[in-house]
Parts: sequence; C-alpha cells; structure tokens
Amino acid sequence: MEHYLNLAIRSIFLENMALAFFLGMCSFLACSKKVETALGLGVAVVFVQVLTVPLNNLILTYLLKEGALGWVSPALAKVDLTFLAFILFIGTIAAAVQVVEMAVEKYAPALYTTLGVFLPLIAVNCVILAGSLFMQERDYGFGESVVYGIGSGLGWAIAIVAMAAVREKLAYSNVPAGLRGLGITFVVAGLMSVAFMMFSGIQL
Amino acid sequence: MSAFGKREREALLAPILANNPIGVQVLGICSALAITTRMDKAFVMTMGVLLVTMLANVAVSLVRNHTPGSIRIIVQLSIIASLVIVFDQILKATLYELSLELSVFVGLIITNCIVMGRAEGYAMQNPPLASALDGIGNGLGYGLVLMLTAFIRELLGAGKVFGFVVLPLAKDGGWYVPNGMMLIAPSGLFIIAGLIWLLKTLKPELQDKD
Repeated sequence: MEHYLNLAIRSIFLENMALAFFLGMCSFLACSKKVETALGLGVAVVFVQVLTVPLNNLILTYLLKEGALGWVSPALAKVDLTFLAFILFIGTIAAAVQVVEMAVEKYAPALYTTLGVFLPLIAVNCVILAGSLFMQERDYGFGESVVYGIGSGLGWAIAIVAMAAVREKLAYSNVPAGLRGLGITFVVAGLMSVAFMMFSGIQL
Repeated sequence: MSAFGKREREALLAPILANNPIGVQVLGICSALAITTRMDKAFVMTMGVLLVTMLANVAVSLVRNHTPGSIRIIVQLSIIASLVIVFDQILKATLYELSLELSVFVGLIITNCIVMGRAEGYAMQNPPLASALDGIGNGLGYGLVLMLTAFIRELLGAGKVFGFVVLPLAKDGGWYVPNGMMLIAPSGLFIIAGLIWLLKTLKPELQDKD
C-alpha cells in the first residue's frame, strides 16, 4: 500500500508531467486561458490516462514482451514484438479517446459541449503517450500502472488549472509588447516549474 | 528548375524564421524543453523530427486524394508511428547510449505537434514535393530553436559545446564556475521565452494584439 501511495505522490508532484517533464505543453499553453476550460481538459486527460496506461500495460505484458506470446502457442514463446509498442500504444489511445468521446456524448451531454474539440485532441496529447512509454520504460506492473495513470493525469490537471488561474490574473498586467502572449506564458510556466522543484527529494 | 517555383521556396524558407514552428505556430514545445541540456541530444532530436516530418509529409501527401476525411487522423498517425519506429530502431542500432538518454522522447515524436500539424495542415492540401520541402523547412525551424537553446544551456551549464570543453571548469582547474540553473528544466522555458521576445521584437508584425 505504501508503495502505491509513494508512487502516486511521486507522479503527481515530483515527476509532474507538465512542470517537470514539460509534456503536453501544446495544449497546456493553448487551453489555459480560462480556468473552466482548463478544468474540463484536465478531467478528460485524467480519464483517458486512467484508461490507457493499464490497457497498454496489459497489451505489453500479454502480447509484446519477449516470450509474452507463449500463452498462444509454445512455438511463439521466443517472439519479441516490443518494437511494435509505439504503434499499438497510439492505436489504443486513439480507440480509447473515441470510446470516451462517445460515452461522454451519450451520458453527459453537458460535459461534452464544455469539452468540445479538446476531447478528440487528447489523442495526440503527448501526456497520454508519455504515460504509456514511461510505464514501459520503468517496467510497472498492472497495479502500479493504474496508480501511475491516475497520478500522472492528476498532476497534469493540477498544473493546467493553476496555470489558467495565473493567466486570468495576467490579463490585467502590462507586459512588454514582444513578450505578450506566448513569451510571458513561457516565463510563468518556468517560474511555476521552479516552484514545483521544491517537491524534489520528498520521500514517503 | 521549373518544379522549384514560388510555392516550393515559400514552403522551405517560411517556417525557418517568419513562421517558426516553435516561436510562432506554438507547435512541438514539449521536446524542445526536455532534451536541450546538451547539443548532441538536441541534434539527434532535430534529425529525427526533420526526417519524420519530411517523410510523413510526403506519404500523407501521396495518399491525400484517397483518404476519406473521417479516418484521416488514424491514417496519419499510423504513417507517423511507423516512421518513428524505424527511426527509433536505427538510433538504437547506431547510437545506443544516446537513445537511452533520450528515453521516451524519441517515441514522443509521434505526438509531436509539428509532425501532426504539418501533415494535417499542409500535406493534406499540397503535392508531394512541396510537402517534402515544407517538412524540411519546419524541421529546420524547429532545429534552429532547439540548437540555440541547447547551445546556451550546454555552454553556460557545463562549459561545453557538443561535449568539447570550451570554458574550463573551476573544479577541473579552470576558471569557469558553471551555472547549475541552466541544467535544470525550467531554464529552457526562460531561454525560449527570450528567443521569442527577440523574434517578435525584430518582427513586430508577429506581436499579439491583446
């Protein structure tokens, strides 16, 4: 239990996807003008992340890893298909996003209209793919990958909501002409990232 | 060369500065920040993005008239993912240690918005040659920002350029005390913010109105 809690804390704060690895920056910068949209996108990312990381973990363990195909027939016991991971992961992600989109549209139409175009765009958000790739690189088990999916998604959601809150205030300040828009957003993200570095070294 | 008309030249040159993918189109920022601590990493990443963008643009452009609109994203994704797999395998075979350091970021070229953005935004409407040049141009524009950032970070953070000692470090008997700030992640954000500021000051028409 402690192990999972530790992993969750690590993935939310220490290894925050947005502010420590700078993943999902495109939507992080593009969709953080209002807290409301940021929150919607954050929730959607958590949702998709929780779905795809464990799913990809199963694919990796039972289809791709060396010897994983042994359960199909002993002749395939030595096949190593890990090089196909990228294309299968992205396929799972695209399919999962599609399923989530249809489910949300059917059962929560209000949320669907709020999220709008961001939902399908999650398929090409680097956070989602990075979650699965980190899971592969660090050899997480199934339980760990569930926790990691929740943690990394939550961390990203917290970061984008905080960013949106800062940017709503930023609209009232007088920024030098050349730095307006993208430039100042970068500086803000950098400062937030420095602030998040204070978490490094925390161990449960 | 008659095939090399205005459109082709435009496709190649515009993205390098005036329509720079990172500074102006806001594409492909994730990797620009994470792997610019050293110039060799940035160089390999640039090559990867340049090659994948170019080849993906050509492939998408070749099948653009046969791709139904509703499944175009999945077609583009599978083309891009296959190309990235090839690049990843080549990298693992030739530069194994570097590929370990780049870790997930090679795989993340798949979701690098530059590749997707150019395939969707340019290659779907344009012939293969122009698309190839557009891919090269965007790769170069991306590489320019990446290499500049990596140059500043490696020089100030470790006193080296491409791994060669330029400023001898104080701890090795030289005089330069490295700026550790440059090696941690946020410095990339500040440097790119500075580069964008510079670009927008030199080209005022790119400044945001609000």
